[in-house]
Amino acid sequence: MKDLVSIKDINREQIELILSTAASFKVVLQRDIKKVPALRGKTVVNLFFEPSTRTKTSFELAEKRLSTDVLNFSVPTSSVVKGETLLDTVRTIESYGVDYIVIRHSSSGVPHFISKNTHASVVNAGDGTNEHPTQALLDAFSILDKKETLEGLKIAIVGDVCHSRVAKSNIYLFSNFASEVRLVGPPTLVPEFKGYNVQYFNKIEDGIQGADVVMMLRIQSERMTKGFFPSTLEYASLWGLNSARLKLAKKDAIVMHPGPMNRGVEITSEVADSDQSIILEQVTNGLAVRMAVIYLLGRDNEQ
Amino acid sequence: MSNKIVIRDCRIVDVSQDIDSSGDIIIENNKVLDLVVHKPGLKPDYADFEVVEASGFMAMPGFIDIHTHLREPGFEHKETIATGTLAAIKGGFTSVCPMPNTNPVNDNPTVTTFIIKRAMKRGSCNVYPIGAITKGQNGEELAEMGMMLEAGCVAFSDDGKPVMNALVMKRALEYSKVFGVPLISHCEDMSLTAMGVMNEGYLATLLGLEGIPRSSEELIVSRDIMLAGYAGARLHIAHVSTRGSVDIIRRAKASGVQVTAETCPHYFTITEDAVKGYNTDAKVNPPLRCAEDIEAIKEGLRDGTIDVIATDHAPHHADEKVLEFDRAPSGISGLETALSLSLRLVDEGVLTYSDLCKKISYEPSKIFGIGKGTLKKGACADITIIDTKKEFIVSKSKLLSKGKNTPFEGMNLMGMPVAVVVKGKYINVLEL
Amino acid sequence: MKPSLFEGRLFFGQIMKKELLNKKDIDRAVSRIAHEIIEKNKSLEDACLIGIQSGGIHLARRIAAKIKDVEGVELQIGSLDISFYRDDVGIRKQQPVVKSSDITCEVSGMKIILVDDVLFTGRSIRAAMDAIMDLGRPAIIQLVVLIDRGHRELPIRADYVGKNIPTSLNEKVDVCLAEDSIEDGVFITQIDQGAI
Repeated sequence: MKDLVSIKDINREQIELILSTAASFKVVLQRDIKKVPALRGKTVVNLFFEPSTRTKTSFELAEKRLSTDVLNFSVPTSSVVKGETLLDTVRTIESYGVDYIVIRHSSSGVPHFISKNTHASVVNAGDGTNEHPTQALLDAFSILDKKETLEGLKIAIVGDVCHSRVAKSNIYLFSNFASEVRLVGPPTLVPEFKGYNVQYFNKIEDGIQGADVVMMLRIQSERMTKGFFPSTLEYASLWGLNSARLKLAKKDAIVMHPGPMNRGVEITSEVADSDQSIILEQVTNGLAVRMAVIYLLGRDNEQ
Repeated sequence: MSNKIVIRDCRIVDVSQDIDSSGDIIIENNKVLDLVVHKPGLKPDYADFEVVEASGFMAMPGFIDIHTHLREPGFEHKETIATGTLAAIKGGFTSVCPMPNTNPVNDNPTVTTFIIKRAMKRGSCNVYPIGAITKGQNGEELAEMGMMLEAGCVAFSDDGKPVMNALVMKRALEYSKVFGVPLISHCEDMSLTAMGVMNEGYLATLLGLEGIPRSSEELIVSRDIMLAGYAGARLHIAHVSTRGSVDIIRRAKASGVQVTAETCPHYFTITEDAVKGYNTDAKVNPPLRCAEDIEAIKEGLRDGTIDVIATDHAPHHADEKVLEFDRAPSGISGLETALSLSLRLVDEGVLTYSDLCKKISYEPSKIFGIGKGTLKKGACADITIIDTKKEFIVSKSKLLSKGKNTPFEGMNLMGMPVAVVVKGKYINVLEL
Repeated sequence: MKPSLFEGRLFFGQIMKKELLNKKDIDRAVSRIAHEIIEKNKSLEDACLIGIQSGGIHLARRIAAKIKDVEGVELQIGSLDISFYRDDVGIRKQQPVVKSSDITCEVSGMKIILVDDVLFTGRSIRAAMDAIMDLGRPAIIQLVVLIDRGHRELPIRADYVGKNIPTSLNEKVDVCLAEDSIEDGVFITQIDQGAI
C-alpha cells in the first residue's frame, strides 16, 4: 500500500490490518507517554486546500505521536488562483523531501492526481464530495469497539449522502463486510449506488427501524439555498434524530456523527449527549486510526 | 508544384455527383477541370501536368469543419490561426469555421476581417468565421449579423454557452431570416448544468463529481427547435451528445422544422468512462455520455437525423489541463483524430464512404452555403486524399495543434489523410 | 574464482536444517534460568516477566510457571510488541504486523525481566528497553534469552542465557515451542544466499 486515496482501492484484509494496528496505537494513546518513535526522521506535510480544524488537528497530533516531523502547508484556495498549477505545488512540496503527503481539497480527485505525481505516500484527508477514507476507517473502528463484528450489522446513514464524502467512503468500506447499509434522506440528497448493496429510505422512521448503528451526517445550510430541501426547520422535523425516533432502532444501537454537529438540526442535544452516542469516542479513535494508516503506508503487503 | 495537377488512379468518392469509382482528378487554375473515370482501354495523356500517383488512396472533396476553435485573437497560447489551420490540413480539413468565442469576441466586422486577413496571411486552409449571435456572447443584445456576413462570416453562434434568454433567441432567429443563414445553438440549460463537470449519473457519484444531466442539453434543443419552427428560421444544433436530443431532432425534421445537427467524434467513440482517474483530457462540454447515447448517435448519423460530423476542436494549453478536474477547462483537441475516428463508423457499417463524404464535406458546405463539398467541373480544387489502411497510434507529441488535450492518446486507429489540395495547392500532409 | 554451484548446499535442495536443542534441552534451560532468576533477585515480589512478541511470550510463561513450582511466587507476566520502536522503518520493505502489548502492572520501580527467544544483533532488545522506558521508570531491567547466537551490533548482553550457539550470518535460528508449533525444538538452518 503506497497511498490511501480511496477505500475502493483497499480490500478487506488491508482494512482489517489497519484496524488491528490502530488497536495497538489506541493502547499507546492511553499511556502517560503517548508518543512512539516509530517514524522518527520521516517528514509529513499536511497540505490543506480547504479550511479544516478537526481533521487537520487529528492528523497533526497523530503524526506527532509517531515522531514524524510535521509541515503544515495551508492554502486557502486552489493554487491556480496564484497562477501556479497543482502540479507545481506538488513538485515544490516534494522537493522538501517529504515522505507522506496528507491532502485535503475541495475538488474531487486531487489526491488521485497527486499520488500519480509523487513518490511520497499520499493520504486522502477528504476530497470534494468524493471520499474521506480515514473517517470511514475510524467509524468502522468505533463500531467494532462496541459491536463484535461489522458482518450483517444494520447501519443507517441519514442525511446528505449526495455531498458527503464520509458517507461514500463508509458505503465502500461496509461493502467489504456484508453490512446492511440503509441510506435515509430526501431523494435530492440520496444518490443511487448501483454497484453496492444498499437500501433506500425516504422516511427516517423506516430507515432506522431495528438498526444497530445510526450514522447522522452534517447538513449544510448551503444546500438549503440551492434547493435541496426547504429549511433546516423542515429538515429537522422530517429527518432529524431525536429520542423518540432513536427508540425505533435496536435497544443497544449506537449513534455516530462525523462532526461538527448542527445541534437541533440533524440531531437533538438529548441524543448527541446520550449514552448511546459515541461521537466523542470517534474523535479519540480517529487519532489511533490515522496513526495506523500513516504507519502502514509506503510498504508492501507481502510478508 | 505547377498549377496543372492530376491526382491519378485513386478511388474518387463524391456524393454531390454520386460517384464512387476509381479515376483521375484533373486540376487547373485552382479549379477542378475534370474527373476521368477509368474505363478499360482508355489511357489519358497528361503531358503538361504534374502527376500525383495516388493508387490505393481515396479522394474526397475537401473536408469542412464547421465547429472549430482557433482561439485567435486573444488566446494564442492555446492555438493560433496558423497552428490551428495546420492541424486542420493534417487532419484532412481544407476549410474550417472558427467559433466566435475569442477575445475580443467575433461580434463585429472588425474582428471578422482580422480573422480572415490573418488566415490569408498565415493560414494553411480556408477559414470561414462564425460570428456571435449576441454582443460579447452575453445573450442580451443582437450582434451586427449583417455587417459580419458582409465581412465574411457564414453563420452565427454563441458557442461555448447558450443564448439563455428565450426571447433573445427568438428575436435572433427571426432576424437571421433576412440573411437565410443558420443560427448554431450550443444547447445547454445553464441552471441545470450549474456546477456540473461530467455526465450526471452513477459514475459521477462514484467519482464525487457534480453531474450535468442530459436534460440540460435536451431542454434547449427542444426550446430552440420550437422557436425556429415558430419563426420559420434555420437552426443548426451543435455537438449533439444524447439519445434524447437525437430523438427530438428526428421528430422536428419529420415535422418540417428547418433544423440540422452535428455531432463530434468523441460523442460516438468514447463514454463517460474515459473520465475515470479524473482525466481532464476527457472533460468536455457537453460531457461524454454512455453507451446507449453512442448507439443513438450512430443511428442518428445512419438515418440522416445528424447531418454533419464536426470536430468541436477545442485546444487548451497543457498547463490549463493539469488542474483539479472541476477547475480544468472543457475541450478536446479534435482536428487531427476526427477522420480516423469517423472511419471506424465505416468499418462498423454505420456509414458508407459516400455517407462520410456527405457528413464531413457536402452537408457542411450546403448548410453554411460555402459552395464547396464537391468535385464537379469548375469547383474550387479542395481535395482530401486518404490512406484508409494506414494504421497509427495517437500520440500527443505528434499533434500539430498547440492543444495536446486528447483523450485518445495511445489509441490504435486506422486511416489517415496523406495529402490535401487547398485551392489547387497540393500539400503532402505526411511531411508536416 | 567462480564459486561452485553447490557450495553451501547440502543434502537435497537448497536448505540444511539441524536440531540444536530438543524438548528436554529446552526444559532444562528453562529450569536453570528460573533458578538463576531466583538466585540473582533477592525478592521477586516486585518483578515482572515481559515476553517480547512473539517468541518471548511462551518462554516467559514457562519460566514463571517454573518459578512458581520452585519458589511458590506468582510473577506478573506481560507481553510487549516492539514494532513502534524498531529502528529499521524505511529499510524494511514489507508491511509490519503489529501485535498487542499487554502490560497491566505499573512499570515504575519494578524489576523488569525481558524475555526473548534469540539474542542476535541486540536491536530488538534496544527497542524493547525504549518501549519499557516509555511506560515508566523501572528499577532494573534484566534480560533472558534462550539462545545467544552472537553477532551483536549494540553493547547489549543477556543476564540469563539458555545456550550460547556460535553461528554464521547465513544461518537462521528458529525456536519452536509446542504452544504454537508441533513440538519443542531449536533449529539452525543454512540459508542459500542466492535464495534469500
